[in-house]
Amino acid sequence: MKFSGQIWKYGDDINTDVIFPGKYTYTLRDPKEMGKHALEDLDPEFASNVQNGDIIFAGKNFGNGSSREQAVVCLKEAGVSAVVAISFARIWYRNAINNGLPAIICPEAVIAAVHGKHATVNIEGRVINIQDKTYSFPPFSETATEILKYGSLIIYIQKKLADIGNSKLAS
Amino acid sequence: MSMQTFAQKALAKSAGLQNVSIGSTVDARPDRILSHDNTAAISTIFNQFGLENVLQPEKLVVTLDHAAPPPTPIHARNHAEVRKFVTRNNIEHFFEIGRGICHQVISEEALILPGQLIIGADSHTTHFGWLGAFGAGVGRTEIAALWATGELWMRVPNSISVKLTGQLNSGVTTKDLCLHLIGQVSSDGGLYASIEFSGESISQLSIDSRTVIPNMMAELGAKNAYLPPDKQVFEWLANKLKHRLSVEAISKLAIYPDKGATYLEVIEIDLEKLEPQVAAPHQVDNVQPISVVAGKQVDQVFIGTCTNGRLEDIAIAAEILKGQKLATGTRMIIIPASSQILHSAVDLGYISILLDAGATLGTPGCGPCMGNHLGVPAAGETCLSTGNRNFRGRMGEPDAEIYLASPAVAAATALTGAITDPRSLEVS
Ligand code: SF4
Repeated sequence: MKFSGQIWKYGDDINTDVIFPGKYTYTLRDPKEMGKHALEDLDPEFASNVQNGDIIFAGKNFGNGSSREQAVVCLKEAGVSAVVAISFARIWYRNAINNGLPAIICPEAVIAAVHGKHATVNIEGRVINIQDKTYSFPPFSETATEILKYGSLIIYIQKKLADIGNSKLAS
Repeated sequence: MSMQTFAQKALAKSAGLQNVSIGSTVDARPDRILSHDNTAAISTIFNQFGLENVLQPEKLVVTLDHAAPPPTPIHARNHAEVRKFVTRNNIEHFFEIGRGICHQVISEEALILPGQLIIGADSHTTHFGWLGAFGAGVGRTEIAALWATGELWMRVPNSISVKLTGQLNSGVTTKDLCLHLIGQVSSDGGLYASIEFSGESISQLSIDSRTVIPNMMAELGAKNAYLPPDKQVFEWLANKLKHRLSVEAISKLAIYPDKGATYLEVIEIDLEKLEPQVAAPHQVDNVQPISVVAGKQVDQVFIGTCTNGRLEDIAIAAEILKGQKLATGTRMIIIPASSQILHSAVDLGYISILLDAGATLGTPGCGPCMGNHLGVPAAGETCLSTGNRNFRGRMGEPDAEIYLASPAVAAATALTGAITDPRSLEVS
C-alpha cells in the first residue's frame, strides 16, 4: 500500500471531541455525512479542502478521549489515507487499524512535516518520504498487519467465521 | 515464575492461561460486554457478519443512558432500534431510560465482580477497577466482533503503581486526587498502561469516592485501572446481589498483584497534602490549584456523570446549599447517575434542599456530559462540571468553556456564582 498527498499538520492531544463532536454521535449514521464534520471544532477549513490521499501529521496522544469510532471513520471518509503521529491514544489506535486506516508512529517524520507540503507513505516498505528525505517506522503487530491486509476488522472476522464454519463442515 | 501485576493475572485468567508476560498478546474472553445507546450502530456492524444472533447473549449488558429520554426523533429511532435488537437476541440485562449511566448501573446490579474482565464500547469502562475488575474500552466494530466470537486480542499492558498514603482533608475529594495526578503526569502519562493503586488509605475511602478514581484514569490514556478490593467492596456487592453470593465467595474471586511485580513507574501521593483542583479549558490535564482559578464567573454548574453523580456527591452539594439560594445569574443542574441514587437522594431530603436552593433536576443518565441534551451551554458561557472531560465542544458548543472540579467545588461555586474553594465557606 502506497499513499501520497498533502500534509495536514496538527499539534498534541488532538482529542475525539474535536475530531468528531459528541453531539453528532447518535444523529449521524451515514459515513459520508460523518466525513463532512471531520475535525470540525479544530480546523473548520479541513473537511471542505481535504483531498483523497492526504495525510495527517500530529503530535503526541492523537485521538485521546472517547471510544467513538466515528473519530476514525470521519477522517477516512473525508479522504485521509494515513495518520502519522508521535503517539496515539489506545482506543483510537485500535479503531484506526480495525477500519483499515494506517496509524503510524514516526516522531522524526512528524517533526519534519510541513503543513501544505507533499508526503508519501509506503506501508510495506515502512517508510515516509517528505521533500527528498526518508523516515522509517516500526512494523505493525502481527494482528494489526493481518487486519490492515484485509482492509477492516469486519472482513477479518468474516474470514475467521467462515474458517470456523468450514472446519465444522469438514469434521 | 516471576512476580505478576494485577493486569498480568487478570488477563491470564480471562485467556485461560497460567501466566502471561508483559507485552504479549492474548485472546481474552470477557465476562461482560457493555454497550449503550451505541448498541443500534453496533448491531448494524454485527449484521455484516451474517449471523442470526449474538453468541453469548447472557454476557451482554445494554443500557439506554447517553441521550435518555430521547431529545429528538432521531435519538428516539435509535432507542427503538436498540429495543428491537435486545428483544430479538433475548438480552436479559437490558436497562431502560432513567435507570442510569451504564457504569453505575452495572455496578449496582453487581453484574461484574472482582477479578473479572469487562469490555465496553465506552472509554470509561476503566471504571470497574473500583471493585477490582479489569475494565477496558474499545470501539464499536470490536464490540460487534465480540458479540460474534466472544474473543478479543489484548496486549498485556505495562503497569504503573500509584501508592496512596495519608487521608483527605475536609473539602478535598478523590476527584481532586485524580485531577492532581492527571495534571502531574499529563493526559498521556498512562498511555496503554494499567494504573494499579495501593496503600492503606484506600480502605478509608467510601465506595462512592473510590469509583471516581479508575473512572478518571481514562483521562490518563490508561487501558484499565485497579483498586485492591477489600471487605467493604465484597459486602457492598453481596448486598446488591441480595446475598445470592456470600461475602466470602465474592472475596475469593479477588485478584491482587504480587509484591515485587514489575512496574514501569511508581508514583507516591500523600492525600493529606492535596488541595481542591480544577481542570481549566480545554484539556483535562490543564489542572490548576483552586487558588489560581477562584473568582472566575460561572453561568452553569452541573453535578452528575459517571464520575461524580453519586449519592455522596449529591449529599455534599445538599450540605453546602442547605437553606441557601443559588447566586443570581448562575443556574445549577443535578443529574443523579442512577435511579437508585435518585431514590435515596429523595428519601434523604437532599433533592428538596437542592430544589429549594433553585437547582433543577434531570433524568438519571449522562445528561449534557457529551452535548446531547439536558443543559448544553451557550456560546460564550462558562460551565463548571463534575464530569471527566472539558474538551472543546464536549458539551455541544465549541465556544463554551468547561471547568472540571469536585462536587464540593461545584456546590460552593453555585452558591457564590464564581469558582470557589469549598474550604473558604467552612471558615465563614
Ligand atoms: S456520563 Fe459522560 S463520560 Fe460517563 S458514560 Fe456518560 S457520556 Fe460517558
